[in-house]
Amino acid sequence: MLKDVTLGQFFPGNSLLHRLDPRIKIIATVLLIIVVFLAQNMLGYGLLILLTLLLVAVSGIPVKTILKSVKPLIFIVLLTCAMNVLFTGGENVLLDLRWSFIHLKISVEGLLGGVKMALRILLLIVDTGVVLTYTTSPIDLTDGIERLLSPLAKIGLPVHTFAMMMSLALRFVPTLIEETDKIMSAQKSRGADFSSGNLVSRVKALVPILIPLLISSFRRADELALAMECRCYHGGKGRTKMKQLHLRAADILFLIFIALFIGVAFLPGIHCSLLGITGFDFLF
Amino acid sequence: MSNGAFIKIENLSFTYKDSEGEGKKALRGVDLEIEKESFVALLGHNGSGKSTLAKIISAILLPEEGRVVVDGMTVTDEDLSDEDILKLHKKVGMVFQNPDNQLVATVVEEDVAFGPENLGIEPEEIRRRVDDAMALMGISEYARHAPSKLSGGQKQRVAIAGLMAMEPQCMILDEATAMLDPRGRKEVMDTVLRLNREKGITVLHITHHMDEAALADRVVVIDDGRVLLDGTPGEVFSKVGLMQSVGLEVLPQTELLYELTQCGLPLPDHVTDAEECARVIFEYYQSQKKA
Repeated sequence: MLKDVTLGQFFPGNSLLHRLDPRIKIIATVLLIIVVFLAQNMLGYGLLILLTLLLVAVSGIPVKTILKSVKPLIFIVLLTCAMNVLFTGGENVLLDLRWSFIHLKISVEGLLGGVKMALRILLLIVDTGVVLTYTTSPIDLTDGIERLLSPLAKIGLPVHTFAMMMSLALRFVPTLIEETDKIMSAQKSRGADFSSGNLVSRVKALVPILIPLLISSFRRADELALAMECRCYHGGKGRTKMKQLHLRAADILFLIFIALFIGVAFLPGIHCSLLGITGFDFLF
Repeated sequence: MSNGAFIKIENLSFTYKDSEGEGKKALRGVDLEIEKESFVALLGHNGSGKSTLAKIISAILLPEEGRVVVDGMTVTDEDLSDEDILKLHKKVGMVFQNPDNQLVATVVEEDVAFGPENLGIEPEEIRRRVDDAMALMGISEYARHAPSKLSGGQKQRVAIAGLMAMEPQCMILDEATAMLDPRGRKEVMDTVLRLNREKGITVLHITHHMDEAALADRVVVIDDGRVLLDGTPGEVFSKVGLMQSVGLEVLPQTELLYELTQCGLPLPDHVTDAEECARVIFEYYQSQKKA
């Protein structure tokens, strides 16, 4: 059951996206996140969806896998969508229900707002997944972050330590998931019940899982520290990397492509609002 | 074996202290020399002090008394510098029991590269060493896999490849086969034997499996913090009574020959190989039939 968690996992492959420099992918992801939040009209969303579909196709990651990663978050998406639909006021009212003290009012604007919000979250998940986490090995990812943040090391921030902690945390995700499964099976075999009762009793039932997990994590950390020391780890000082990051033409082109896309898709919108042209908002 | 001692242990004592200051003696005056390029198996049941010994050799623990010299460097000095400890760890690699807790990277080849990266070696040289080490351990085909998807034996081979990429002179396996299934154990033992024979790596293999100890040049049995027996596998295993008295199971073939000689049959007792044992009994049977 826990093995189905794919969020933040890496799918090895050899696509164009897999081969890009992690630094470029991080920058592109940050740009995409900003754009997803900036998108105002349906045209913008349409273009973003188009781009996302293109990226998914290029990445070579099965659509099924992507849908599976969206599934755990579908509740949040639907909730945010419903909130927007119900609580956004507007002039073009579609439905107006009054029943005792409940006043239900759904407007076109609210409906559009809800759809936009749902799209926004979905695009965010799929874009960061496809561009970054699914196509970049965690090591490359932390490596990229370390390189991007390396200027901060000059002012005394522990960039290497942070990157190492992150990559170790990622390394132990599958191990701890496996262990949680094992502990749960052990507790179930002794009659523990995790799937019935109300919220409080379910949370209480998790305590016998979390405590052994916590204790074993400390033991693991201890052994890991020892093993790392025996392998001559002594912090970031004087450490080299087997994999060197080199920016290639493809990396630059990818970034230019993303930047151009954003420019084309959103500059007209910004122009419109700057020039005071309104009235299209509802249309788009 | 006239290669000279690689590890020299003199009168080593160690006591574990708990929070109330109560001590538990783990080692009581151990003297031991480990020859260069030899394969030594260290046997003993749980709590006999064998892992403590390994930890002192790799300067993780400081002894109470006595000293350890590794390749000319006294590693039991209290004021051993960090550089000296690095130098020691470069020479003497450790493989631990739990494969999951010693792999640091999410991709096999990155994990193998971890040690050389720490040593500050040039990227191209690291690449070469990593490829060589993976080929040596037979894990090249998993180079891009996640370690969590490998079997226990494969994970331990990744850990050993990680050591080999640092080009050590000696390898200490601290119960490295204890968590593996028979197949994984065989995988690991085969590769370790090959490293010892072909690359001249000194191996100290801590275990409680007799069949693994039988592969070594020399077997040292530790009990209650002291060296109890020390000799070739044949010599050590022939002391069946003594071995059993300290809670160690002997190999079935050794036990069979022991029981037969106890019944008065004139059979040799220095046999550790099952086929050799069968041959010896068969020859005796043939000679009896003739007579």
